[in-house]
This record gives sequence, C-alpha cells and structure tokens, in this order.
Amino acid sequence: MTLTRWQRPGLSAFDPFGQISQLREEVNRLFESPFGNLTQGFNTWSPAVDLYEDKNNIIVKAELPGMKKEEINVSLHEGALLISGERKIEREEDKGDTHRSERFSGHFQRSVTLPTAVDATKVGASYKDGILTITLPKSEEAKPKQIEVN
Amino acid sequence: MNAVAQPESKREENARPISYVSPDVNIFENKDGYVLEAEMPGVNKEGLEITLENNQMTIVGRRRPENLNADVLYRESRQADFRRVFELDPAIDSSKISARMDQGVLTLTLPKTEKVKPRKISIS
Repeated sequence: MTLTRWQRPGLSAFDPFGQISQLREEVNRLFESPFGNLTQGFNTWSPAVDLYEDKNNIIVKAELPGMKKEEINVSLHEGALLISGERKIEREEDKGDTHRSERFSGHFQRSVTLPTAVDATKVGASYKDGILTITLPKSEEAKPKQIEVN
Repeated sequence: MNAVAQPESKREENARPISYVSPDVNIFENKDGYVLEAEMPGVNKEGLEITLENNQMTIVGRRRPENLNADVLYRESRQADFRRVFELDPAIDSSKISARMDQGVLTLTLPKTEKVKPRKISIS
C-alpha cells in the first residue's frame, strides 16, 4: 500500500489510480450489505438459493435457518420449483424487551426455474443445519447420452 | 443504551484480510437476563466459536465445507464464515452464559448476576 497526500480532486493532476481506488471503495461500500437493509425495510424474506447439477440430478439448496420441517413447503409446477413457508419467531411478549429484531418472521416464498426436465415422482428433500437440500433426478430425456459412431 | 449488542465498527471489519458475514440477530431482555438469537445457516455445533474477552463477546460460525460433487449453476449463498462482536452489559454473569444450536440458529442465554435482578422484599 502506498500513502499519497490527499489533494482536492479538482486541483490535482490526473491520477487514474487514485480515482480507481476511490471508486473501488465506493463499490465496496455499496456491496457491504447487499440489499440487507432494503429487504428488512420492506419486511420480506427471499431465502438465498444455490443451484447445482451433476450427471443425474439437479440439486437446490436454500438457506432457511431456524425452521421446523413441517413449516416448509416444496412443490413443482411446470419446470419451476417453489419453496414456501412460514417462519414464526416468538416475540417480545414472551421474551421481554426487544433490543434488536433483525430476523424475519412471517410468510416467504421463493421459486427457482429448473434448467432441465426432472422426474417429479422421485424428488427428495432434507433439512439440516438450517439448509434445505432438494435433489431432483433429471428425466431420462435430459440426461447426457453417449452416441456411438458407426 | 444498556444493550448486549454494540456491533464493532465496520471499518475494522474491512481491514481484516478474511471477510465475514454479519449474522442477523434478535436480542431480548427480561428481568433474568438476555436472549440472543443469531442466524447462521450451514453452521453446526462444531463450527461454532464463542469467545469472551474484556466484556466483549465474539461469535464466529464456520460453515461446513461443501462436499457436493456437482457443478455450480447458480449461487446466492455467501461462502464466507459468520462473525459478529457484541459488547456485554456488565450486569451479565459471563460464567453462566449458555449456548444452543438448532437448525442454523444459535441461541445464547445470558443471565444477569443475582445482585442486579429485581427482588421483592418481604416486609416482616
């Protein structure tokens, strides 16, 4: 890291590196809490979702901390996976005065468009450490096939 | 404010070489003490580290390493570990703090020392 004397932007000579690092700082600040405050303000929750693929399956992982299995609904509609549910968080009446309330409480839903056709009858789901993992076997037509050359 | 939660400054956080995600928390206070809940999806008991130093409590949650043998098509989750620092109310009896981890949510119970709890005095 180098230390350079601060100069009034308008008066200094052209300094592309200084401007770039300044820009980078601005951008870092923007991404510090990407929409974190915004979503809280709107009081909605859109759980983070990851999508994976291996030869035979599409795997979806969703971050849903602090729920009960029974409160999570997973359904499949025409190539889209819908995860929804309701998270009930006990409120101050039971626990005393609230100092901080950042956790979302209420109904949420999230849909994920699947990249290939899946076999809806063989979908499996598990919930561990606050992460929901859904394994969707690809339909036979969607699996990669080896074509023999004659 | 007498809260347990006094997050350390963001500047300091930025200076660290490793980046962390700050977990969302709920904090309640009643006459017996405080209850702190922190959301750390993907963290289990083994990945949790709680340290107390000079009235400061640091919570670190390390995510289990991904052992999925599959290609990532799309990722929204952040891979960084969780970390957040809280300043403790001096009324808390730090020797009696207890922790529980359930489905990615850490629940800490921080009881107040006996002498600060409100007490009813019976008149004889």
